[in-house]
Amino acid sequence: MPDTITVNVNGTAVSVPSGTTALAAILIAGAPSVRRSVGGSPRGPLCAMGVCFECRATVNHRRHSRTCQILCTPEMDIRTGEQVDG
Amino acid sequence: MASRPAHFDVLIIGAGPAGIAAACCASESGARVGLLDNNPQIGGQIWRGESQHPSHIEAREWLQKFASAKIEFLASTEVIDHLEPGRLVVQSVGMQSGDDVRELTYRNLILCTGARELFLPFPGWTLPNVMGAGGLQALVKSGLPIADKKVIVAGTGPLLLAVAAHLREHGAEVRLIAEQAPRHRLARFALSLAFERAKLAQAFAIRRQLSSVPYKTSCWPIRATGEGKLETVFLRTGAHTWQESCDYLACGFHLVPNTELAALIGCELRGGFVQVDDSQRTSIAGVFAAGELTGIGGVEASIGEGQIAGYAATDRSGSTASLLPQKQRLDHFASLLKRTFALRDELRSLPDSETLVCRCEDVKFARIRNHSSWRDSKLHTRCGMGPCQGRICGAATEFLLGWRADSVRPPVFAAPVQVLAIAGSSQSQPDLVSHEEFR
Amino acid sequence: MKLPVYEVLIIGAGIVGAACAAACAREGLEVGIVEADIVGGGATAAGMGHLVVMDDSEAQFALTRYSQTLWRRLSEQLPADVEYDGCGTIWVASDADEMSAVVQKKQFYESRGVPAQILDSHQLHEVEQSLREGLPGGLLVPEDAVIYAPCAARFLVEQAQSRGAQLHCPRVVTEIAPDGVRLNDGSSIVAQSIVVAAGTWSTRLFPGIDVRPRKGHLLITDRYPGFVRHQLVELGYLKSAHSFISESVAFNIQPRKTGQMLLGSSRQFDKDSSEVDHPMLARMISRAEEFIPNLSRLSAIRTWTGFRAATPDKLPLVGPVPGHENLFLATGHEGLGITTSLGTAELLLNQLLRRETEIPAAPYLPGRVYEGVHA
Ligand SMILES: Cc1cc2nc3c(=O)[nH]c(=O)nc-3n(C[C@H](O)[C@H](O)[C@H](O)COP(=O)(O)OP(=O)(O)OC[C@H]3O[C@@H](n4cnc5c(N)ncnc54)[C@H](O)[C@@H]3O)c2cc1C
Ligand SMILES: Cc1cc2nc3c(=O)[nH]c(=O)nc-3n(C[C@H](O)[C@H](O)[C@H](O)COP(=O)(O)OP(=O)(O)OC[C@H]3O[C@@H](n4cnc5c(N)ncnc54)[C@H](O)[C@@H]3O)c2cc1C
Ligand code: FES
Repeated sequence: MPDTITVNVNGTAVSVPSGTTALAAILIAGAPSVRRSVGGSPRGPLCAMGVCFECRATVNHRRHSRTCQILCTPEMDIRTGEQVDG
Repeated sequence: MASRPAHFDVLIIGAGPAGIAAACCASESGARVGLLDNNPQIGGQIWRGESQHPSHIEAREWLQKFASAKIEFLASTEVIDHLEPGRLVVQSVGMQSGDDVRELTYRNLILCTGARELFLPFPGWTLPNVMGAGGLQALVKSGLPIADKKVIVAGTGPLLLAVAAHLREHGAEVRLIAEQAPRHRLARFALSLAFERAKLAQAFAIRRQLSSVPYKTSCWPIRATGEGKLETVFLRTGAHTWQESCDYLACGFHLVPNTELAALIGCELRGGFVQVDDSQRTSIAGVFAAGELTGIGGVEASIGEGQIAGYAATDRSGSTASLLPQKQRLDHFASLLKRTFALRDELRSLPDSETLVCRCEDVKFARIRNHSSWRDSKLHTRCGMGPCQGRICGAATEFLLGWRADSVRPPVFAAPVQVLAIAGSSQSQPDLVSHEEFR
Repeated sequence: MKLPVYEVLIIGAGIVGAACAAACAREGLEVGIVEADIVGGGATAAGMGHLVVMDDSEAQFALTRYSQTLWRRLSEQLPADVEYDGCGTIWVASDADEMSAVVQKKQFYESRGVPAQILDSHQLHEVEQSLREGLPGGLLVPEDAVIYAPCAARFLVEQAQSRGAQLHCPRVVTEIAPDGVRLNDGSSIVAQSIVVAAGTWSTRLFPGIDVRPRKGHLLITDRYPGFVRHQLVELGYLKSAHSFISESVAFNIQPRKTGQMLLGSSRQFDKDSSEVDHPMLARMISRAEEFIPNLSRLSAIRTWTGFRAATPDKLPLVGPVPGHENLFLATGHEGLGITTSLGTAELLLNQLLRRETEIPAAPYLPGRVYEGVHA
């Protein structure tokens, strides 16, 4: 794998070192939060180990993916702001 | 299922210290050993990212052993379901199709699923950038730049110091470490470490690194505020409360075991931990457990238990005799940990009526607190019904209200519907039914 | 010690007992309720909560239609957590034969005043885009609805309590005596009339009745709002040779107000364990995938099972026990008890008060299945 990987976060290209998780890429891209809760409040990661489900986003069109468990791969498409109607 | 199930003589779930030790010891017998973890690399929570340049002595030793042993490592693999004794369904984490769902069969199973942090709800704990202590550390290990960020590390347990040191190393400005335990208990803890040269050396090293960081005992966060993300943390010590501005609050109240898979398999639990005998056998034949799952005792204890389990699962219990005295010493350490970092009663009044307890379903404390049990509250408020299935709020309400979130159903982790279909699919086609039979 | 004395004592606070309690308290009766575990925690906590009008027999139709009307009337008062959603049902046909059954079904409903609309292949796909293409059509029954039953049960119990009813919980009735009941804590409750609404547990109190537990599986997903918009149920009954199969699955999916998808359904007799039966679950899912291929990609968060109280003729047991004028049954609702709870309660109330019932009570009388029991 190359040393840096370019992924897409909400349509914007972001380069990250290989070994970076999709979650870290979202935060590196400067997103203020990862998702909206069912009550509409902004949320970010809590556990970073796959148990809290706070880092859910849409990764390569799969909704509700736990981004802290997914390593970035070239051209990965990541969309945040997942919410009840999103 | 795509291919025939892979069979292992010994299958180990979780590649932290316990799982690595279990795998290494089991492989000595020549048995076919499989080790799987939902992370891309071995190491678990503590040795995460150490495979390249291990910094702990034990880590280096065991990672080397692992590298030269004959063990099949299944990375980024998550157990979704237990079909029946000897059969598990796993999938690749973040899988994009049904192709990477697999059945694994085993003769003996060793559960080393470790622990997660205990998170306690307080006003503002759901703001972005309020994270677990281990959580922020893991996030930094997985690529989050932290240089020059102001961080407060809070909660309880030896993890706080390790986290603070790690964050400093990566350039963070750690403004405060707030430990809820009182100074006198910590002093006693430090004193008993004096007999453990390795632990003491570690502790000194960490303290040296953190010499300029304020360390307050009997101190804990009571509120976090900010517009859209964390800006200010309010803390308390004694009757004194004050505020600190910061970018991150890394806050964890020690650890709770990940018992979901063990519970689904039917292993007996006591006091929230998996019950094991001297050979790490659970109440279910052919199923062993080692590490934090059986009690929070730290790395050494986990390694010791992993070794015992690895030998016992390959019918070489004889090899474990030399490990038993060490195990007893470490059991002592575990109970010391428990006493030292016992949570103070005041923390039970951290949440106010409006504080969300269930973060998946946004359920407020006021809605749940008058229910009679976990299940009563869950059925009537949705607390614990979200995708985390009570992993966070269940542990919190256990502390806050004395409930036990004990009901585990498949899938162990949320998984695509097809995973559950593939899991039992060797059967015949469904019958069609009369229309009054539909429900 | 003074014993509690009631005009009516209801055993069980599932949706059926809760509805009976609310109806009796509304009429000014002194009501006691005994619940062994938690309100709405039995079959009521497992069921899909589909409020549906059924056409497989006149009696089934009468009770479901009556109840559906009562639910619609009550819906204004229901708190948000009951999640009442008038989403309607679409009975989905999978081939031409079933499409002609759709026509018959429409006639059945319409001639009895239930609105129903035939959807052709195009219309069906238009309203439910997740269904696979090429399905011939279906029947939309717009007045059907969905609720969240555990909270409905709690609402009904609280309604009863606000009118003076007393809830004894957690207390287990261990024995029915001539003048009341005995409880597991050794105490007794005196009551003029007793209503057994203990679901599948009713046979413990009444060993004589033929109510068998019939296991069902359910699966719930994470939130996918709009993935389906109506409760979708397959119509596939023409293919069935027998009306009674011991194990079966059918396509049945429900949109929850939360945006989640709730997937049913399976039926099995002679299963005691509440554990998920993996092959059964897999069959249930594959059946659903034949209608909604994309279902397989949704994230499933939990599966569970429940037991329906099944009677041989698929009708509930509602009314006095022969030979015991003051002992009433309200159980055996099989897969329809959430729907029929309100109708059951009205029937029972009128029977208790020796008044005329709004729909004929005869088809549901316990006397039809047995002559007498030893209470
Ligand atoms: C309309 C509706 C919507 C729902 N939505 C959700 C939702 O969004 N998320 C969600 O999580 N749940 C949801 N539920 C389901 C709910 O959480 C329960 O799973 C359900 O009420 C069935 O209960 P249970 O059998 O799982 O029993 P539980 O409430 O899990 O507990 C019953 C008892 O059975 C025991 N038990 C549990 N599992 C087993 C097993 N495998 N073998 C043997 N014993 C076992 C437990 O220890 C416990 O004592 C919903 C239910 C309904 C009716
Ligand atoms: C998988 C499944 C799907 C379903 N889907 C639907 C649907 O979509 N629509 C629909 O209308 N119906 C549906 N049903 C049927 C519906 O759930 C039941 O018919 C209904 O919940 C029965 O309610 P109940 O009050 O009779 O029983 P329960 O809810 O079982 O209540 C009985 C209560 O009695 C208590 N009890 C028992 N013994 C004693 C004792 N000795 N002393 C004190 N208390 C006692 C129990 O604790 C329990 O709370 C479904 C059922 C299942 C299993
Ligand atoms: S941050 Fe908790 S699951 Fe990803």
